[in-house]
Amino acid sequence: MNDVLHQGALSIRQAGKIYDPAGAAVVALEDCSAEIRAGEFVAIVGPSGCGKSTLLNAIAGFDRLTSGEILLDGVTLASPGTEPRPGPQRVVVFQHGALFPWMTVLENVIYGPTRQRVLGADAARAKALDMLRRCGGLDTAGQRYPGQLSSGMQRRVEIVRALMNEPKVLLLDEPFRAMDTVSKSAMHRHLLDIHALYPKTVLFITHDLEEALFLADTVYVMTTRPGRMKTMLRVNLARPRTLDMLVSHEYLELKRQVVAGVHEEAQKAFERGERELA
Amino acid sequence: MMMQTSATTGLASNATAAQQAVPVSPLAPRRRQGHLVVQGVSKRFAQRDSAPAEVLRDCSFEVEPGRLTVLMGPSGCGKSTLAYLLAGYLAPDAGSLTIDGMPITQAGPDRMLVFQETALWPWMSIVENVMFGPLARGDMSRAQARQAAEALLQKFGLVGFGDRYPSQLSGGMKRRAELAQALINSPKVMILDEPFRGLDVMTRELMQEYYVQLFEETQLTTLFITTELEEAIFLADRIVFMGTAPGRIVRGLEVDLPHPRTIGSMTSERYLEIKKDAMATLIEYGAVSTD
Amino acid sequence: MADATAGQTVTACNAPGGFSRLARLTGVNWRGALAVVAFVLGWELLVRFKALGFAAVPGPLESLTAFWATYASKASYWESWFASFRRVVAGFVLAQLLGIPLGLFLGTRERLRELMFPVLELMRPIPPIAWVPLSILFWPTHELSIIFITFIGAFFIIVINVHDGVRTIKQEHLWLARSLGAGEAMIFRRIVLPSVLPAISVGMTLGIAVTWNVVIAAEMIAGDNGLGRLTWEGYVSHTSTVVIIGMVSIGFAGYLSSALVSWLLHKLTPWRA
Repeated sequence: MNDVLHQGALSIRQAGKIYDPAGAAVVALEDCSAEIRAGEFVAIVGPSGCGKSTLLNAIAGFDRLTSGEILLDGVTLASPGTEPRPGPQRVVVFQHGALFPWMTVLENVIYGPTRQRVLGADAARAKALDMLRRCGGLDTAGQRYPGQLSSGMQRRVEIVRALMNEPKVLLLDEPFRAMDTVSKSAMHRHLLDIHALYPKTVLFITHDLEEALFLADTVYVMTTRPGRMKTMLRVNLARPRTLDMLVSHEYLELKRQVVAGVHEEAQKAFERGERELA
Repeated sequence: MMMQTSATTGLASNATAAQQAVPVSPLAPRRRQGHLVVQGVSKRFAQRDSAPAEVLRDCSFEVEPGRLTVLMGPSGCGKSTLAYLLAGYLAPDAGSLTIDGMPITQAGPDRMLVFQETALWPWMSIVENVMFGPLARGDMSRAQARQAAEALLQKFGLVGFGDRYPSQLSGGMKRRAELAQALINSPKVMILDEPFRGLDVMTRELMQEYYVQLFEETQLTTLFITTELEEAIFLADRIVFMGTAPGRIVRGLEVDLPHPRTIGSMTSERYLEIKKDAMATLIEYGAVSTD
Repeated sequence: MADATAGQTVTACNAPGGFSRLARLTGVNWRGALAVVAFVLGWELLVRFKALGFAAVPGPLESLTAFWATYASKASYWESWFASFRRVVAGFVLAQLLGIPLGLFLGTRERLRELMFPVLELMRPIPPIAWVPLSILFWPTHELSIIFITFIGAFFIIVINVHDGVRTIKQEHLWLARSLGAGEAMIFRRIVLPSVLPAISVGMTLGIAVTWNVVIAAEMIAGDNGLGRLTWEGYVSHTSTVVIIGMVSIGFAGYLSSALVSWLLHKLTPWRA
């Protein structure tokens, strides 16, 4: 537990990103700052085009910043002069899922560590089965192909695959976006359990304020283009989180504090989207 | 009342529809009409290699005129089937469905259904999509229909988009264009089948506000189908809960939050009480995961 | 999601490299153009150095010279173009005229489908070229038999595509029209037909390519003229430059007709960006 505590602290300092397609500068991210503690569950709420994904891409090592910097445990991850490079320390779970359809669940999960020769095949299998079992009894699905699982199970397997790499930071990019309410609430339960078992730093990107408040220790609301941190809110609900918290006064009070701000950004982004189409 | 002829006799009434007076403005607050009564409805679907699947069992509920009723239940509980029965696309195996006391026997413009995924015809421009109904029935001349369509598009913030194809619009705009396509027929009831599914949560919330404002203005009788509790409470005057396997009605809940509804409605004490009550129902009928 | 996509497109544009910039400025695929030049150059060199089997193959320069010197102004060469084109057009258009209605009927009438589908499924796998002997026996002239074989090449493709297209029409699209009070005829004209246009488009695009394959092969076997015949005669008469001229001409002809068909389809389905 001790070594976990000083691993995975993210420091986002005046991060900025300007895209320049054919000379038309688009400021996706501007003066965006946040200090995220090791093991903290952070949700970032913002409308489409607010730069959430730009920020995530910079942390994941997919893209370069044009100003500012991002540090992981004091080491520079992203800055204008840093070559973007993804690594097993920060793993992304995508919206649309990225399990290899031609591999079984088990093969998918052991792919990272065996590929990087961190673990032998047997050790990786043992570890994978253990993790799958602890994450809601997924080990029984080890021999099945992703296509044979529900989308909720696929997404959980993906989280386990990410955790197999012993990442410091888990980056979740609207992982439950396309799900209906019931599956979504089940996924929230699972994600909270997994985070309690493996308390990694989590960066959870979403459009959904309810979801953010229910899951996170800290919620950041981002402004629409240019993306900036508009509000930070500490969610002081106890853990484990339970469904009745969704109808508690504490929860309602938290929601009251940010709902207008979120709505304002949503409205702005919506109107901008329609102007751009016109 | 004006549309009743074409509604009840359907396709055959094209000739008589043309002789009717010009319909009331689609956006005028209407006299309370569009009372839907579902009484003891059951429905099975034949399956290729097993016994027929029972989709609905003995469902009874009402959609009261001038109110917004939300039908809520988990995926696969038969909500859409109920919508298709009310629209007249399917016939029940048992029970009856009526609108203002008249049995529903076929599809008609008095009950407009907005589908889950957009049903705008991709090969017609937005304005052609909207004009289709009145022109198909011969209710309006081309010029009249165009004028009515333009007025509705303006109402829905789609000025300048009439000549675009649906694929050139954003998700939120398509949903509004569909509302225009339905409203130009001055329906008695709107049936919306998870209309905002597939939109991101933020756009979805804006569309909910949009619809609730429209409803507050027109008092248009509405049946709104959803799986989302937040959406249900925000919109509803009354929520009808469905249970699954087979689909059945389990409970009705009055939502007495004051109109007009705003985002502020969603953080009031009353809202919290209603949500608690609704959540208990969902948990009881397995519509929310508690494991 | 929107910003992620934006990010990707932008990265693509940011990628350094003269060709991308040149392409963006001029609207020409310079990489592709360079590849064509390199191909012709490589071919010329292989012929010059008589590499492997290239001893008997004429080079591009020799073929081009021969083309300009004799064929470009020769009436019989352009008559070959005309003959092949006429067969392609006749076979292709006939296939569409009969195939599209049949596909629509099969897609909408369950009984007709049950009756006719097995026959279609049996005949479909027979390659059009296998029809050549029977076709010559059946039709009074070679011209008619070549057109018939060409027709066969495009016919099954369009029937199957239209049939599949009809069966995948969105139920919501039909229901909505019914709610709005449209009658059967109007639903067919304004909903069913446009719904099937994309499938017709796929059938035609595939069909036109197959049609050229078939016409050339049939001309080689049974033709009195045409680009296929021209190429074959070049071989028989040991004038290998003619083989090259014939092949390149066929390439151009095929490309031209595909472009024409796709232009037409684009005009027919303007809603598909």
